[in-house]
Amino acid sequence: MVHLKVNGVDRAFEGDPEMPLLWYLRDILGLTGTKFGCGMALCGACTVLQNGKAVRSCSKQMSTLGGAEITTIEEISVRGPHAVQAAWVDVNVPQCGYCQPGQIMQAVSLLKSKPAATDDDIDTVMAGNICRCGTYQRIRAAIKQAAKEMA
Amino acid sequence: MTKNEKFAMEKFAIENVSRRGFLQGMFSAGAFVLCARLVPQPLWAEGASAGAIDGAAFHPSLWVGIQTDGTVLIVAHRSEMGNGVRTSLPRILADELDADWSRVKVVQGDGDERYGSQDTDGSHSVREFFDVLRDAGATARLMLVRAAAQKWGVPESQCVADPVHVVSDRNSSRKLGYGELASLAAKLPVPKKEELKLKSPDAWLYIGKPAKGLDAPDMCAGKAVFGMDVRLDGMLYAAVARPPVLGGKVKSVDDKATLQVMGVKKTIAIDPFTAPHAAQPLGGVAVIADNTWSAFKGRNKLQIAWENGSHVVYNSGQFKKELQETARQPGKVVHTAGDVDAEFAKGGKIIEAEYFAPHLAHASMEPPVAVADVQGEKVTVWSPTQDPQNVQEQVAKALGTKKENVLCHVTMLGGGFGRKSIPDYAVEAAVLSKKTGRPVKVVWSREDDIKFDYFHSVAAMYMKAALDESGKPKAWLQRSVFPPIGSTFDVSAVYGSDGEMNLGWTPFPFNVANVRAENGKAVAHVRIGWLRSVANIYHAFAVQSFANELAYAANRDPYEYLMELIGPPRVLDQGGHASQGIAEKYPYDIGRLRHVAEMAAEKAQWGKRKLGKGSGMGIAVHRSFLTYVATVVEAEVDSQGSIRIPHVHTVVDAGIVANPEMVRQQFEGAAVFGTSIARTGEITATDGAIDQSNFSDYPVARMNDAPYQTDIHIVESKAAPAGVGEPGVPPFVPALCNAIFAATGKRVRELPLSRNGFS
Repeated sequence: MVHLKVNGVDRAFEGDPEMPLLWYLRDILGLTGTKFGCGMALCGACTVLQNGKAVRSCSKQMSTLGGAEITTIEEISVRGPHAVQAAWVDVNVPQCGYCQPGQIMQAVSLLKSKPAATDDDIDTVMAGNICRCGTYQRIRAAIKQAAKEMA
Repeated sequence: MTKNEKFAMEKFAIENVSRRGFLQGMFSAGAFVLCARLVPQPLWAEGASAGAIDGAAFHPSLWVGIQTDGTVLIVAHRSEMGNGVRTSLPRILADELDADWSRVKVVQGDGDERYGSQDTDGSHSVREFFDVLRDAGATARLMLVRAAAQKWGVPESQCVADPVHVVSDRNSSRKLGYGELASLAAKLPVPKKEELKLKSPDAWLYIGKPAKGLDAPDMCAGKAVFGMDVRLDGMLYAAVARPPVLGGKVKSVDDKATLQVMGVKKTIAIDPFTAPHAAQPLGGVAVIADNTWSAFKGRNKLQIAWENGSHVVYNSGQFKKELQETARQPGKVVHTAGDVDAEFAKGGKIIEAEYFAPHLAHASMEPPVAVADVQGEKVTVWSPTQDPQNVQEQVAKALGTKKENVLCHVTMLGGGFGRKSIPDYAVEAAVLSKKTGRPVKVVWSREDDIKFDYFHSVAAMYMKAALDESGKPKAWLQRSVFPPIGSTFDVSAVYGSDGEMNLGWTPFPFNVANVRAENGKAVAHVRIGWLRSVANIYHAFAVQSFANELAYAANRDPYEYLMELIGPPRVLDQGGHASQGIAEKYPYDIGRLRHVAEMAAEKAQWGKRKLGKGSGMGIAVHRSFLTYVATVVEAEVDSQGSIRIPHVHTVVDAGIVANPEMVRQQFEGAAVFGTSIARTGEITATDGAIDQSNFSDYPVARMNDAPYQTDIHIVESKAAPAGVGEPGVPPFVPALCNAIFAATGKRVRELPLSRNGFS
């Protein structure tokens, strides 16, 4: 039995301890905002926050998550759009939109640790998140805009 | 098979269907609903009027409805995969309706042949439906105006739809909202097409004005429902182990360990296909579980012995040599002008070059996925698909039922790029739902997606030119060889179709007197499909790289030389290289081609900026999907061969642009997609099986690989709307390679760049 918190709610997990957090969120809890992209922590579509820091949920086994606090895309906009989400919409970042929850969670985590992220900071951290539609320059612009609004 | 030009000039009849009671549950009593119904071709002779339609057989297709509270519902009958159609198409209708965009709701249409083609590919959503959407909006507006005139008892000419969502009385301050007029308009006959007054472009509210994506807020909140996100009560999850070599079969299977995995229910065999494979499942063994992870884990524990079949001979290294050898020999002539051989025989300066481009995988961020629920004869499918009618057709065929029994709900697509126009994955879900009696979701892993794609074709090109004293070509020969897409539907297909030839090989845009274009034979050993801009990718790579090589051979500035090659403004004789109707509506205007190139050079300050050591600019120009595009790429290459792309300028002439914001997004994205192709895009096979598996060995461009800044410049035009989803890709790759040559002196004739010592 693994006890953890997901979006502020206490949860107990009794399934396969090897199950990645991603599939627990999507298939068991029905939190489908977190996406499946590669299953190997290569693309970042599955990014969520674990104790406030971005992690790839496709590669976090449930057995390792006892006591963890997990935050997903669904949670950050519970009280209206987060500044990062608002900037994303304002800059009109999404094309197909599939990777964007992961991009947004990564950006939230980045701005928490580096509120005045430079181009280099953004490139280094966001390079872990693939967008096949190619929205990168708008992602960079949205992060800078969100940083200003959050400052 | 000329899929990218296959759309006929479809005709629509607009009907008032307010009282037909269709779309029940969607509209309130008294709602005003118009439908634009596809007129079957045999009825064209009778005129595209409502009278020609058999009312009893009526079924809704494209439609707009106005609720009594003023809410406007507009169907989006095309698939949204990042192309922006759920925003751009309804805005065209809303414009002629003079509707308030904030009161418009977009409803996704299910698969239904009465929409006409729903196949969202070939960059034709806007260009095909622009006119009918305007007509439908203008019809509804006129009927609302007439309703107001009737209500007030004044002449129609006294009423005007102004400013939005209301009809005003010119002689008083009276106004009636669209919602208030709906139930009266619902009773009026549909005006004739001749009575419609379409707006002049200067009065457009939405067409040509930038609008953000309708779905962006939901996407950013994780609320948009993609195929991957569909969940049904009692749904089972499936992962399929497919034969690693095309046409392979299961010899034996041991599923003992699989059945031990927590959550796994059973395994089910899926039959191999009967050639041609088309959209049939590849066959194999499905693992059925109560969640995705258990299905994946169970599949990993299957012990399967495969019988590989004839395609086990496929080895990419050897195949490349064969393609190149074929490209050196005469092929089938697909275009000829003057006498190339006579000119070559005269000697002079002869330049030859060979180009090669490998297979590519689509790798959309959402891998293929589908949910199917088979209940007796009735089948319901939820699928991220570019072509819901093809889902209906292929599922019906596989289950031995009628197409009408298959309902296909179209979810949001997490990218498509052509992969999701072939619904083999939806067929898998349907077959498994039938066998289990439960709704089944088939989830493809990234490895499945990359190994079992309908690949973009591998291609070899041979180019030869004879230059005169000034360095201008007197004769030009080009030959391309690639396993054609037709092989997916016909095992004997070895030549490119007219459609593939028309993607960047014919017609020939340069002003050269003696020209011959050829195509050589090639046999496919993997499934070949459509990938964003298709054959344009390798054709533009060869033509635009070779033009650049000739410029250097002639010791000329590449941009100036390119302009000379393009020659004076003229309308190109397309010589049968475009379907009828297309050539008339969309003449190949060399003046427009010149203009985009000139503008790109100007925006990038070609030849006017001093670039540092290891930096260079490259230009390429290409017309595809009826749109003229020029791209200038600036590249920096360090001593280790590491490439950085600081700036890209792309100029687009797509005629009238429905939504410039979406056009910018498409062309920004095309530069990144092109970067992936150029830098690292390569799929290879060993003994018939695909070597790559995930983003580790099939890398795609990341933020730090992509162009830092891409500026899109849209040419103002009154010409008919053309495609925007794909045309940005073809010129990008040669423009980048030409920039790398300018920066380093190293010519890239074989893609990707990673095979040429660059990273």
